[in-house]
Amino acid sequence: MTIDADYLELSEVRVVFDGFVAVDGVSMTVRHNDLRFLIGPNGAGKTTLVDAITGLAPATGSVRFGRTELIGKKVHRITRLGVGRTFQTASVFEELTVLQNLDIAAGAGRAALSLLRRRSSVPPAVEEAMDTVGLTAQRNCQAGALAHGQKQWLEIGMLLVQNARILLLDEPVAGMSAEERVQTGELLRRIGAERTVVVVEHDMDFMRSFATSVTVLHAGKVLSAGTVAQVQADPKVQEIYLGRADVAQ
Amino acid sequence: MTDTSAQLGGKRKRNYVAVLGFALGAVALLVVAPAVLSDFRLSLLGRFVCYGIVAVGIGLAWGRGGMLTLGQGVFFGLGGYVMAIHLKLADAGPSGVPDFMRLYGSGHLPLWWEPFRSPIVALLGVVLIPSLVAFGLGTAIFRRRVRGAYFAILSQALAAAFTILLIGQQTTTGGTNGLNGFRSFFGFNLFDPVNKRMLFFIAAVTLLVMLAIVWQLYRSRYGELLIAVRDQEERIRFLGYDPANIKVVAYVLAAAMAGIAGALFVPIVGIISPASVGVVPSIAFLIGVAIGGRATLFGPALGAIVVAWAQTALSESFPSFWSYFQGALFVLVIAFLPAGLSSVNLLRGLSLHRRRAGTRTDGAEPPPPTRPFDAVHPPPEPDLSGVSAGSEAGR
Repeated sequence: MTIDADYLELSEVRVVFDGFVAVDGVSMTVRHNDLRFLIGPNGAGKTTLVDAITGLAPATGSVRFGRTELIGKKVHRITRLGVGRTFQTASVFEELTVLQNLDIAAGAGRAALSLLRRRSSVPPAVEEAMDTVGLTAQRNCQAGALAHGQKQWLEIGMLLVQNARILLLDEPVAGMSAEERVQTGELLRRIGAERTVVVVEHDMDFMRSFATSVTVLHAGKVLSAGTVAQVQADPKVQEIYLGRADVAQ
Repeated sequence: MTDTSAQLGGKRKRNYVAVLGFALGAVALLVVAPAVLSDFRLSLLGRFVCYGIVAVGIGLAWGRGGMLTLGQGVFFGLGGYVMAIHLKLADAGPSGVPDFMRLYGSGHLPLWWEPFRSPIVALLGVVLIPSLVAFGLGTAIFRRRVRGAYFAILSQALAAAFTILLIGQQTTTGGTNGLNGFRSFFGFNLFDPVNKRMLFFIAAVTLLVMLAIVWQLYRSRYGELLIAVRDQEERIRFLGYDPANIKVVAYVLAAAMAGIAGALFVPIVGIISPASVGVVPSIAFLIGVAIGGRATLFGPALGAIVVAWAQTALSESFPSFWSYFQGALFVLVIAFLPAGLSSVNLLRGLSLHRRRAGTRTDGAEPPPPTRPFDAVHPPPEPDLSGVSAGSEAGR
């Protein structure tokens, strides 16, 4: 688990669905501790790229996490290597409690026979994650009863207990209030101190406030990459995405 | 760290309810029924208890695991035929050949019958053969991500194929007639009423043991995982689990329970034939589970026993009307109580609602599933309105 091992390196990743090229030769490197934002207009291939990294979409090219090639591996194997993700629509187990959701996320490495016993105590990692994402008070709530923002935080908490070293978050602040956005951003900064975080996002204010680095995708290709300032200054980006009004500020 | 006191309280309460349920079940089956019922009725109840054992397995696979097992007759039949083969061989005596083979066949014992002459092989076979078949099938099906209606159709087709296979093998499985005319059960005379009562007790205790196994599973981490797989099978992959493995475990357990039930059915009823393992009985198993409450602990077994009992009772009074009663009951329950009759638990409804009114500390047990019949029907809304209305009025 050296810092080297937490490198995410994509080279020439392509995803084709029935002749439609969703991701067209994307190469990028995300270093340890980075809080990388992946932005781009609708249909740019952001989510598909995350799908390709996590094994959900069939891809060609190379995705290396440390020394391990991820392409061709099964979803649950990639997860066990320390690659975690969330989804645009929060997908928690609604009939289970916050505690049960986190406990399941913590348990992929459990021995089969130990699953047949009851949970006698709450694993420390679960307790810690509940505290980090601020859901300790809701521990026995059914996840389905949580507010939208809380569900997203629960998902992030699940990534923490499953010990993901790289977190791929797909629009984590969509539908959140301004206050929840700030809280989420601060949460991402906190957990990003020890991990690598990649955020797919539409919200430009959110991106400007919290991004360490930015990659702009357009029509399946990398259009621009760098710091927030560099990307905003890039005329290609101004043209297709950020919009002149946005940059003029 | 330990759980909060509120959650512990909830757990204790649920334990209390479950223990009470076991105690009531044990008293009803082991004390009241033998005291009240005639030998004939007790034997009938024994048959229904066998259906109850199948239902416990279906509750696990379908209610908790979301696998609509429309072909449990196959596993019931495998267990039943293994037991029947052993009983036929035991009746025929050492190195003897069962009567029907001399009548219809060459009079030679097929090679694959021979191992079941040993009682130990037969007893192991009752559990292991359905389990292994389910393991092979389950692994192949779930790894290929076949689920929902496709899984249901597949398991149904399997039941149909199984009966066709049995009917075609007149000389080795008795064909349409099946295997019958057993005289003894592990050395005990099957015509002796005392032994018949003993068979009932064996079935009843087996049912209670199966319920205890499932109870432990529901309380375990595996039980939570199974609900997670039922509700969000794809999501669980992103937590590092292979859902196929989790489903296979529940499917194999359900198959083993069906096999054991089939094996007990044979000496109690005295016959196993394609008619009791095919498509129709496979669906009948399911109806009891749906009516009783598929996701609850006691619902499936209770539903199966009560529906089978009602079938017998109503058929005696109104011959040929049973199908209409069964259909109407099924439609009513699915329409108004999609979580089954067990969801109308006034005591639980009252206590839950009182606590919900304050803080939401209703513990770890999920409510009845909100998506009944997700495989074959559009998901109806969870219907707890009757319960809440009742509890509101009660306050």
